[in-house]
Amino acid sequence: MTGSVAMHMSDGLLNPTTSLLFVGVAVVGLAVATAKARGDLDDRTAPLAGLVAAFLFATQMLNFPVLPGVSGHLLGGALAAILVGPWVGALCVSIVLVVQALVFADGGVTALGANVTNMALIGTATGFLVATALKRFATGKVGLVVVAFVAALVNTVVASLGFVLEFAIGGDPAFSLGAVTATVVGVHCLIGIGEGVITALTVGAVAAVRPDLVYLLRGTTRPLELREGTPA
Amino acid sequence: MTAKTGDTAKTRNLSFLLGFLLVALVLAGAVSYLADSNPDGLDHATLKGCEVVETAGGEQLQGSCIAQNAKDHQFAGSPLADYAVDGGENTTGLAGVIGVVVTVVVAGGFFWLLRRRPKA
Repeated sequence: MTGSVAMHMSDGLLNPTTSLLFVGVAVVGLAVATAKARGDLDDRTAPLAGLVAAFLFATQMLNFPVLPGVSGHLLGGALAAILVGPWVGALCVSIVLVVQALVFADGGVTALGANVTNMALIGTATGFLVATALKRFATGKVGLVVVAFVAALVNTVVASLGFVLEFAIGGDPAFSLGAVTATVVGVHCLIGIGEGVITALTVGAVAAVRPDLVYLLRGTTRPLELREGTPA
Repeated sequence: MTAKTGDTAKTRNLSFLLGFLLVALVLAGAVSYLADSNPDGLDHATLKGCEVVETAGGEQLQGSCIAQNAKDHQFAGSPLADYAVDGGENTTGLAGVIGVVVTVVVAGGFFWLLRRRPKA
């Protein structure tokens, strides 16, 4: 494990039945996302969606310190959902996880279902729901950036609860679920701050140059129209 | 959408997309060297109770922790395993650049095939 720069669940942390169960959850979720994503993809948004996936891959490599001896990395659900919508977003995160597992030996192959469930399905859904609920505050540059931060923070913590659920169903019963939960959720509250900062910076940067490409801003009455010559 | 002539909008789109790609390449190819190599949040939780000991046969976990159930990756011997090219030192950046290219081709290709096409 030395030198690895990102790490998802390995094989063996969950029993085979539970791993298979979450492969099923992931397959059903991704089938729904694929069917729905079509409506959000056209000649203009499809290339952007491909780049969002590549950007997530790059950003997931950038582990940042959260505690002495502990790092964290972006999961990316809220970031993807805000930029390209929840359905395409879930597919973006999933493609990154598949590339990481199959090409970079990061994240077990049988654990892929659980990893997709947590980061792509739960993380993206949570990020999107929070961002949508707070959408009325996303007027103006500051509002949007704050909404992105909060959505990303919550997506990280809730995605980590996905692991807790999976561990409760099919983890090694020799270990106390309470202790595991406290550690996982506690550290992901801190990682969520980093996730929030990265998401806020990215969404803010995209919205500054191309607000028309930000999914969350669709249908809003031009809150971020660029006014040339006006100081920020 | 129709406020601009098609050509200007296309150029603007293309330069934005290329800029976005460039940022991803720089992050994966260069900034990745600054990444914290400590275990991430999930690893930290699964390693709790264990001590990582360097032995002649590599790293071993002493104590009692969830990570002891973890199996070696099926593709641990693959050429880009652990974000290094053939396990080489200081190849993280190259591995990252390859990863960005692979991801943009796979994801971009998939989304391009999936997109709604204008009715002819």
